[in-house]
Amino acid sequence: MTNMDNSNVFFRMTDIIKQYPMGEEVSTVLKGINLSIEEGEYLSVLGPSGSGKSTLMNIIGCLDLATSGEYILHGQRVNDLDEKELSRIRSREIGFIFQNSQMLPLLDAQKNVELPLIYAGVRPKERRERAAEMLQHVGLGDRMHHYPNQLSGGQQQRVAIARALVTRPTLLLADEPTGALDQKMGRQIMELFQQLSDGGHTIIMITHDLNIAKHARRVVHIIDGELTEGEAMQA
Amino acid sequence: MKKFFSRFQGSFYMFVESVRMSVNNIMQNKLRSFLTILGILIGVAAVIALITTISGVSNSISDSFTSMGAGTMTLTITGTELKTGLEEEDMQAIAALDHVEGVCPSITLTSTITVGDVSDSYTVSGKNDYFFVQTPDAVERGRNFSRIDTDSQNRVCLISAGLVNSHFYGVDPLGRTLYLDNRDFTVVGVLSEDDDLSLSTLFTGAPDVYIPYSTALKLSGLTSVNSLTLYIDDIESADIVEAELEVLLDPLFNYEDDVYSINSMESIGDTMEEMMGMMSMLLAGIASIALVVGGIGIMNMMLTSVTERTVEIGLKKAIGAEPGQIQLQFLIESFLLSIAGGIAGIILGLILSATLCNIMSIKFTISYGAIALGVGFSAAVGIIFGWSPARKASRLSPIDALRRM
Repeated sequence: MTNMDNSNVFFRMTDIIKQYPMGEEVSTVLKGINLSIEEGEYLSVLGPSGSGKSTLMNIIGCLDLATSGEYILHGQRVNDLDEKELSRIRSREIGFIFQNSQMLPLLDAQKNVELPLIYAGVRPKERRERAAEMLQHVGLGDRMHHYPNQLSGGQQQRVAIARALVTRPTLLLADEPTGALDQKMGRQIMELFQQLSDGGHTIIMITHDLNIAKHARRVVHIIDGELTEGEAMQA
Repeated sequence: MKKFFSRFQGSFYMFVESVRMSVNNIMQNKLRSFLTILGILIGVAAVIALITTISGVSNSISDSFTSMGAGTMTLTITGTELKTGLEEEDMQAIAALDHVEGVCPSITLTSTITVGDVSDSYTVSGKNDYFFVQTPDAVERGRNFSRIDTDSQNRVCLISAGLVNSHFYGVDPLGRTLYLDNRDFTVVGVLSEDDDLSLSTLFTGAPDVYIPYSTALKLSGLTSVNSLTLYIDDIESADIVEAELEVLLDPLFNYEDDVYSINSMESIGDTMEEMMGMMSMLLAGIASIALVVGGIGIMNMMLTSVTERTVEIGLKKAIGAEPGQIQLQFLIESFLLSIAGGIAGIILGLILSATLCNIMSIKFTISYGAIALGVGFSAAVGIIFGWSPARKASRLSPIDALRRM
């Protein structure tokens, strides 16, 4: 935010390097990632396991900080933030969708969706209304008070998507969103992503499955810590 | 300002939800939660039961002390060779002191009482006319001693209801004669049955025969009085009277040490109460070890819970929960557990104590101090022992946590 020219940048990663200490040696997982995304883009990051895609997702999702390089999200430099500031950015800018939907088992669908708003300090009435609206949006308007064990895997993933959307985030970040689902349910989730993209949401989806990655308008490959633009959707 | 207020409001909503989620979590593992709070429950119950019971005992003891000797002081004379005790004019001088309403000497003898052809050994007490003035109900029938009785060493006596039953069964004792060490005494009064009124009778039992102290002196061959009860206008004046007595008595006994001692029921009661207080503190201290053990139990359970809920913590962090919010959630949980144990412990402790007091037939009074102590202790235990697990939870890295998914 100190640099004036950052204020219009939506998403830009420059020379992102991530290293982990491995005993005496240092293992470099991300070897200089450069990536820019426009608002409203639908991008998938395709790569095999061990390619560094989880590490990249953690950095994009502000769960982790890069060893070096610059990451600007919605005009803010994410480098050099402390844990509390990172929480704030996650709360405001990012909507996470994980492989396993990860609903909290003791809370019903609506409360699960309300959760991010609780930590953001939104008043109860508004919280309930927004959660209900989002659940209707993902087609679960009739299952708002079901508990996770009363919902199918696909329905749970829809709840997770509603939870990701409810804070009106800048960026939807999905990690293998169909990984735990059968084909039919996976297809339904992909259709939902398509609708969200059409509705103007910016989506980054991380996957190892080319068939899933294809749904995105733009595909980048990550192999061995390096990023290359996918040829299929290029140009 | 408005922004600050809305931040505050947001924190409040978050706090309310955290409490709700904590209650959910606690209720989810009912048995485990119960076992966890058992330590606190037992500790608090023990502390409350001990403090309440002991304070009940101590109250009842000091009550009976003050009722026995309300407004009295006892002067005991060892005397010197020159002056073995108090004489009539000394007693008059003491009776004339400020705050002193009257004095009564005590001379205790053991004599053989003979009525008809029945003889027995009894405790005989020499008093003056002031003694029964203080407790007019004690004389059931007949009359009290008069000034004339003491001045002229009359051979009259008041006898206990017990003696009436054993020696004057079926006859009116008033005006009858009994022989005390072979001297004839006329019965002028009968005492009421529940006549237990002074500390001096607490351990020996009440005397059965009262005679004028001057008569007792003559019978026993003594020339002076060694024990004197002072009736003072107010317990609070005990210190003043004590000082006055010293001024009066020191010259009489040539300023020698340890020739007399002054006791008031107040001071004995105070000492007793102090001892009881120390004892209850000591016992409560021992019982509070259970609280520490209980606290460790809570800490253990919270640490387990943090490990079990790693994924939940990671998820909450990923969706924007700040470390402080995670910490708060766990602190609320350990606080609620501990305070639940504390409240259950207070109830159990009070029931225990009420039962004990009932068995000992002591008046049971709820001590609000003890309740506050129980609540305060358990709250403190919850926060102190919950702190480190909550901190551990707040420091979990969301990446590590989510990797376990």
